[in-house]
Amino acid sequence: MLSILSSSNTLWVLLSTMTLGVAAGTIGCIAYWKRQNLMSDALSHAALPGVVIAFLLWGEKNLLVLVIGAGITALIGALFIQWVTTSSRITEDSAMGMVLAVFYGFGIMLLAIANRLPGGNQSGLDNFIYGQAAAMVRSDVITMLILALVVLFIVFISFKEWKIFLFDKEFAQGLGISIQRMNTLYSVVLVMAIVIGIQAVGVILMAALLIIPAVSARYWTQSFHWMILLSALIGGLSGVLGTLVSTMKNGLPTGPFIVVVGAGFFVLSFLFGKEKGLFVNYVQYKFQQKQQLKLMEQEGGNV
Amino acid sequence: MSYTAWIILTAALVGLSCGIIGVFLILRKTAMMADAISHTVLLGIVLAFIVTREVGGTPMLIGGILAGIVTAFLVQWLHSLDVQHDASIGIVFTTLFAIGVILIATSIGNAHLDVQHALMGEITFIPFHTITVPWIGEIPQATALLILVLLVVLFFIVTFYKEWKITSFDPALAASLGIPVLFMHYLFMGLVSVTTVASFDAVGAIMVVAMLITPAASSYLWTDKLVVMLVLSGAFGVLSAVIGYYVAAWIDTSISGSMAFATGIIFLISFLFSPKHGIIAKRLKPETGQTGTDPV
Repeated sequence: MLSILSSSNTLWVLLSTMTLGVAAGTIGCIAYWKRQNLMSDALSHAALPGVVIAFLLWGEKNLLVLVIGAGITALIGALFIQWVTTSSRITEDSAMGMVLAVFYGFGIMLLAIANRLPGGNQSGLDNFIYGQAAAMVRSDVITMLILALVVLFIVFISFKEWKIFLFDKEFAQGLGISIQRMNTLYSVVLVMAIVIGIQAVGVILMAALLIIPAVSARYWTQSFHWMILLSALIGGLSGVLGTLVSTMKNGLPTGPFIVVVGAGFFVLSFLFGKEKGLFVNYVQYKFQQKQQLKLMEQEGGNV
Repeated sequence: MSYTAWIILTAALVGLSCGIIGVFLILRKTAMMADAISHTVLLGIVLAFIVTREVGGTPMLIGGILAGIVTAFLVQWLHSLDVQHDASIGIVFTTLFAIGVILIATSIGNAHLDVQHALMGEITFIPFHTITVPWIGEIPQATALLILVLLVVLFFIVTFYKEWKITSFDPALAASLGIPVLFMHYLFMGLVSVTTVASFDAVGAIMVVAMLITPAASSYLWTDKLVVMLVLSGAFGVLSAVIGYYVAAWIDTSISGSMAFATGIIFLISFLFSPKHGIIAKRLKPETGQTGTDPV
């Protein structure tokens, strides 16, 4: 364990998965209140062809280039979902399922071609499927950190606007906040939060890092402000702990461990959270039952 | 039969069974449940392998079905406790899938099951694992399983045709008629799981979602009649499988990936050119369009 911590690369990787978790947890709350939890799943899969196309065009693996490519195809996926949903009778979840699987299939086709190229097999593109934080080098970490900080910064400076946009659309319009512009900004930060995570967590499980912290945080608070902070904390902790566990043995994928740690936080919150947690609910229910019984006993004589 | 013919037949069977069952996924608006189940089936297969040390056959089928039904149950349960429906799908399947991947990576990595296989399928290996079926002779195991599953799916759809129709279009009416809506839901999820497990070897966990949803969504744009939709969707599935195979053979790439991609192309064509619900038809006569407004 100590030997892991003492290697400086691991510290950098831990820092990056933590920041990633914080950014994903934050954006996850916004997605939660927009009721678009599974959108992140569709878009993260849609990022795969972008990664491979960027690699094929650029000729070598540069994380920033790959992330830009991923962002472009993920945005195309988002636009396509919106287009199909608004202009035909296909429902949103069907459109998401199609974009998810078809884009991913296209990505796999391209990946098979890229892996056949000279040097393609060593490019580590396969790591983008399940995530391999250990494969990240210093420059990757710095790219990720900067992008994650940009996402956090955008949410931080326009926090009030986000809140009004999410909870009172009419009021937002009254204040002159453009709903359309907020929607666009939302798509952009969502895609950014997804694509910066795909190397560490992988396209398949990235969605979990947006969904699980937000839902878990919801069990502890009614305030949006606290929910974001808590969700960021849970995301960050899952990132760090999951990465630590996955570095115990060589070659283990990082994504699944981060997700399982996050799921642990969810189960804890789900059982013991003070807002509608199962345990608290049960205690409250019993308490009310007793009160009710007492009331009935008192009134019993009068009836 | 030749090697290529077996592969095409297997792919076409995947397209046919997924296409048929997918129609009800679209009509019941539970497309993302297919995504969830296709992922968690992996955990079922892995657990079945750990218990029996056997890949394929009955244990795999049972493990997959159980995993699918457990997923459906967990999602329903979380949702009943006030978790948003799509959030509960997202939590359940990512967690179970992650556990499946960890189990493969830590304890059974060298077995026939590997992570790569789980996601892309190994359709090119299918003709090598054969079993002997009475009267027919030697056929690949995966193909035999697909034929069996197709028959089971067809049996349930034909037997309960009216019930499926009513529960899909009007659950409230179905409940008032005394049809066990919840039981039908779990039965349906079971059928989706079996189809997914049977297709797993050929196309893997994620591409099966394309085979399930996309042909059905495409056929939904061509017709309003359930029977026609079932036939069309099955046909689109088979067509995608065949096109996908030849494209993959032509540019030498992943067969399952290009099958998924072919379903997308068929959807795009339907979306643009369908005479009833296509974009172009709506542009030409916007006053009869479903939405009534110009879709911009």
